[in-house]
Amino acid sequence: MSSDHKSSLQEHVVSGDWVEIWNVIMESGKRAPQVPEDTQKVPLEMRLRGFLVNDKARLGEIVSVRTRIGRVVEGKLVSLHPRYSHSFGEPQKVLLDIGQELRTFLKKGRVGDE
Amino acid sequence: MSKLLDQSYEAVMARKGEIMRKAIGIDYAVFEFGKLGFDYEGMMGSVAYSLEETSRIQRATGVGNTPLLELRQLTDLARRVAPQGKGARIFVKDEAANPSGSFKARRAALSVYEAKKRGYAGVIAATSGNYGAAVASQAAMLGIPCLIVQEAFDSRGQGQPEIIEKSRACEAYGAEVLQLSVGPELFYIFLQLLEETGFFNASLYTPFGIAGVETLGYELVEQTRQLTGKDPDAVVITHAGGGNVTGTARGLEKAGCSAQIIGASIDLKGLHMASDQAFNRKSFTTGHTGFGIPFAVWPDRSDVPRNAARPLRYLDRYITVTQGDAFYITEALAQLEGLERGPAGNTSLAAAFALAQEMGEDEVIVVQETEYTGAGKHPQAQLTFAKENGIEVRRGDPRESIPGKSIIIPTHPAQIQIKDIELDHIRLSYLKNVVGEIPYASLLEKDREYLAAETRWSQARIQTALNVKKESTQ
Repeated sequence: MSSDHKSSLQEHVVSGDWVEIWNVIMESGKRAPQVPEDTQKVPLEMRLRGFLVNDKARLGEIVSVRTRIGRVVEGKLVSLHPRYSHSFGEPQKVLLDIGQELRTFLKKGRVGDE
Repeated sequence: MSKLLDQSYEAVMARKGEIMRKAIGIDYAVFEFGKLGFDYEGMMGSVAYSLEETSRIQRATGVGNTPLLELRQLTDLARRVAPQGKGARIFVKDEAANPSGSFKARRAALSVYEAKKRGYAGVIAATSGNYGAAVASQAAMLGIPCLIVQEAFDSRGQGQPEIIEKSRACEAYGAEVLQLSVGPELFYIFLQLLEETGFFNASLYTPFGIAGVETLGYELVEQTRQLTGKDPDAVVITHAGGGNVTGTARGLEKAGCSAQIIGASIDLKGLHMASDQAFNRKSFTTGHTGFGIPFAVWPDRSDVPRNAARPLRYLDRYITVTQGDAFYITEALAQLEGLERGPAGNTSLAAAFALAQEMGEDEVIVVQETEYTGAGKHPQAQLTFAKENGIEVRRGDPRESIPGKSIIIPTHPAQIQIKDIELDHIRLSYLKNVVGEIPYASLLEKDREYLAAETRWSQARIQTALNVKKESTQ
C-alpha cells in the first residue's frame, strides 16, 4: 500500500481530520455457528472512516470518530487521511487483442488464425 | 436506550423480528396463512405503489426512462457464428443512465421515498453492490442520512476492488460506510445498527425494492414496441437475489408482454460465499450463482420475513455463463458498440449473445440492464486483481475454467456458450426447504395453492415429488 506510505509517516492527526478506525467485533473461534471453518479461524473485523473527535492522535491509539452522518464510534486509529487505492489495474493482453480481432472478423467473416 | 439491551450475537438475533418490524414498518403476519403460505400478491398490492405512482416517484429524482439501444454490431457478430437464418436482434436497456449508474436506483427510489414519507430518521442498507450507491444517491436527493454496511475485505485486510469502488461511491454521496470482513454476521451488526439508529431498513427484498423494478420491465416493452413494432421474444435478466428477475417480469406482465423470461448468472460453482479464503478469488461480486441459487431455493433467507423477490414464480429458463465470457463481451460492447459498461451488469449480455444464436433473425432479445464502470469495477482491474490472488488468466475455451482457480477469456465469439440449470431441481430444493418436515397431507388447501404458485407445478406433481424425496432419504 505505497499510496498510504506518505500519510502514515505523518506524526499525528488533529481534531476534524479524516481518519480510519478498526475494531475486532467477534474474536476468532467465537464466530457465528454457521460460519465455515476458514472464516471461523479469523476474527470479524470492521473499518470505518470519519472525522477525528480527539484533539490529537497517533496511529495505533484508541480514538473516536464522527462519521458523515454524525454517529460517534470508537476504535483503533489505523489510517490517517485514508485514500482509495483501487484502480483500473494493469493493461491485460488477454483483453487488449479482442477489439481488433472482432473488427477483423466482422470485415472478413473470420477470426484468429482460421 | 439500546445500550441497555444485551448486545451479544444470540440476544440481538433473538430480537430480529421486533427490530425488523420497527425498521420496515410492515406487519408481515397480516399476509401469512396456513402452515407455510402467505398472500404474495396481497402484500405486493397493499404495501407497494402502483406502477403509475412508482413511475412518478422515480421520475421526481431522475430515475428510469433509460434508453433502449439496439446492438447492431453484436447482432451481426452473433449471426456470423449462428446457424443459417439464426441470430435475433439484440437490444440493451442502458440502465447505467440512472443517477447512481445502475438499475438499483429504481429499487432505492421507492425505499428512500417511503422512509422519508413515514418520518424515519434515515435509511440503512446492507449491501456491497450497486444498491449501496443507489440508496446513498437517493438519500442525498431527499436529504436524509444514509448508512451502508458492506462485506468488503478478507482477513488480510484486502478489499475486493469492485466493493471498494462502491464504498467510495457511497461516501461520495455523503453516506457513512461501515466495512466488515467476510462473514454472515454482517446481519448481526446490521440489526444492532437498526436498533441504534432507528433508521428505515431499505432492504432489497421489501415490496418497495421489487415494485421499483417493475417500471424497468414495463418501459422495455413499450420501447421495444416503438423500435421494432413488436414485443420482445425473450428478456434476459442477470439473476442474483431474485429482485431483478421478479420486478422485471412483473413489469412485463403489466405491459401485457409474454416474452420468455431468462435468468442468467455467472457460474461460481464451488466457491463458498461465507469463506474468508474464497472471498477474493472471485471477480464478480454479484450476478453469480452464489446468490442466484440460494435465493431461488430459499427466498425467505433474506433480511426480511417474507421476501418480495420470488424468482421461481417468473423464470422460464435459468442459465449460466463464465467470468471469462462476461469479460469478453464487456470488451466487445466497448469496442464494437462504443458502450463502456461494468462487467457484472453484462452477465445477461453474454448470455443473450449465445441465446440470440438459438433464435430466428426476425426475433428480438432484450438485455434489461447495464451498469456503470470505473476504477475497481472494470475488466482490467478485476483481471489484475485475480492474477494477484493466484488465479490463472488466459485465452482459451472458457468452459475449461474453474471458478476460483482460472478465468479463461474466449479466443472466438462462438466460444461464448450458455449452460442450463435445471429449474425443476431448484424447485425441488425449494419445496424441501419450505415444506421441511411438515407432512404434505397436513397442509391446508391454501398452502398447497401457494406452493403451486411458487413453483409453477401442479399440486399432484408437488405431492409426488415430496413423497419421493421422503422415501429416498429414508
